[in-house]
Amino acid sequence: MGSTNKLRGPNCWTAQVGSFSLQLIWHFIHFIISTCFFVLGLAGAIDSYLISSGLLKKYNDLNLGKLRYLAIVVDSDEARQTSKVIKLLQWLSDIGVKHVCLYDEEGVLKKSKDAILEKLSHIRLFEETDEILPLDQKNLNLELASPSDGKEAVAKAANLLFTKHLELRNTTEDHWENIFTEAQMTEALRALGCSGPEPDLLLVYGPARCHLGFPPWRLRYTEIVHMGSLKSMKYGLLMKAIYKFTLVRQNYGK
Amino acid sequence: MFMCMFLKCLEFGGHVCTNWRNLLVEHIMQHGSSSSSKFMGTICGFLRKCLFKALSAGPIPSHIAFIMDGNRRYAKRRNLAEGDGHRAGFSSLMTILGCCYDLGIQHTTVYAFSIDNFKRRPDEVQCLMDLMVEKIEELLKTGSVLDQYGIRISFIGNLKLLNENVQIAAEKAMKATASNNKAVLLICVAYTSRDEIVHAIERSCEQKLDEANAFAGNEEIKVMTGQLDELEVPTSPSNCGVKRVKEVEMKNGNFKHVEQGSHQEKSDDIEKKHKYPFIKLVDIEKNMYMAVAPDPDIVIRSSGETRLSNFLLWQTAYCPLYTPEALWPDMGLWHLVWAVLSFQRSYSYLQKKKKRL
Repeated sequence: MGSTNKLRGPNCWTAQVGSFSLQLIWHFIHFIISTCFFVLGLAGAIDSYLISSGLLKKYNDLNLGKLRYLAIVVDSDEARQTSKVIKLLQWLSDIGVKHVCLYDEEGVLKKSKDAILEKLSHIRLFEETDEILPLDQKNLNLELASPSDGKEAVAKAANLLFTKHLELRNTTEDHWENIFTEAQMTEALRALGCSGPEPDLLLVYGPARCHLGFPPWRLRYTEIVHMGSLKSMKYGLLMKAIYKFTLVRQNYGK
Repeated sequence: MFMCMFLKCLEFGGHVCTNWRNLLVEHIMQHGSSSSSKFMGTICGFLRKCLFKALSAGPIPSHIAFIMDGNRRYAKRRNLAEGDGHRAGFSSLMTILGCCYDLGIQHTTVYAFSIDNFKRRPDEVQCLMDLMVEKIEELLKTGSVLDQYGIRISFIGNLKLLNENVQIAAEKAMKATASNNKAVLLICVAYTSRDEIVHAIERSCEQKLDEANAFAGNEEIKVMTGQLDELEVPTSPSNCGVKRVKEVEMKNGNFKHVEQGSHQEKSDDIEKKHKYPFIKLVDIEKNMYMAVAPDPDIVIRSSGETRLSNFLLWQTAYCPLYTPEALWPDMGLWHLVWAVLSFQRSYSYLQKKKKRL
């Protein structure tokens, strides 16, 4: 008994030392990575300065034809800084983007709608009935979205399809397969006022590159780009993201 | 510009390590069981274990999803037949799966074939289907990676769209591995997120009907007119608010909403009144094809494309997307390690977000 206890002692001690060393190595690896990202951040700042000062000529003439609809996901905590959001929209308006959808996962942007519309001229709220094709050279069409336009809207649309089935079930024809289709789902979402166009590009302002619950029905072929945090947003990097998007070629599965 | 150079350096580093490892594997295979090769192999294995132990000091993802993009470009760059690109992709998949399971990642999902891919040339689609059947048969042989890691396979998607021989092979694989419980491999075939959502809604409707029938007993089921609970619908900008829509009607098979007064009915009362239970979000989620696994922790898409392409759109709200430039057959250990490290960096932020739900 005494000898097994003596054996356990050094084993336990070795395991603890081993675990501590691994923790140390792990923290060291992450320290190196954080340093790399810091250097990347500095490089990004220099890049942004060069782009916004017009020295890098290829960014000066953005071909916005491909960018019919831009979506922006903002982390809710950062979205509370309404002044930053307004500044971002102003930049987009200056670049020439015509249709923007702003989303955050707590509906903070929807609540700040009045503050946003008040501060910006040349902005109007996007209505469901509007066509995506440009109607207005001056105005930027703005849509504000939240989770109620996403998964919750899908649940409501499901109930619409369910009731449609119940409505039609007493007729002799078999309607089941015609009701539960993607087209019917899109139509149901439109009836609920939760069906905007599918964005071509989604910019994420937040600590991680996730869409944070942006309406999943609309994200099929959307390019998702991480822009970093909203408080360190840069005009040059915004232009760079849009420029890179214009170079993308999609096969859509083919 | 500088960022691009820096990232290219990191990518190059990763390539060098992968190439070095591939050369070593080739050397070992060529020289058989010579002692020096065995020694190098042991060293590599030991270093890999050390690396994984170090990574495991932090949070390890429990589910990674892969979009295997770039097989055709790989074949084109090396002047190979298209089928060879997909075969190379399969080898890469086996390597990555081995790394995942060694690291302790329990669930892996791969996007093998999308419903959109049926738009490709028929001979290419057929080639992919044949390759799938061939590889399933290979995996089901004893001593394969499935047995080694105790992997349970599940095929996710609208399998009715596949050829009969593929469906049979898939059923066989699922049945043969049903008792494995150490790790799970989900293979998405004939899958798109939209199709998954519609299918989940369809199943939820069937279940609600069954519930209602069971409740009603032998009574005749009355036809319901299209009445729902209140819905919030955005109004015109001048109003700057929402209108409460009390009624949604069906007219000539089209949906129309009709404005009513301000009286509010709770959805529970509506349920009792109309006898049919309403479909809730939780019903749809439990009928998703992917309900068999937790939501993914990372999505990795190879070849640098930054979109999800109709893959797991519902499940990736709090799941970072990682897009290395390497084509799928060139993906290796280091890309996985980098993805896990990125996940660990944003882990506490995403946990905080998930807790708020």
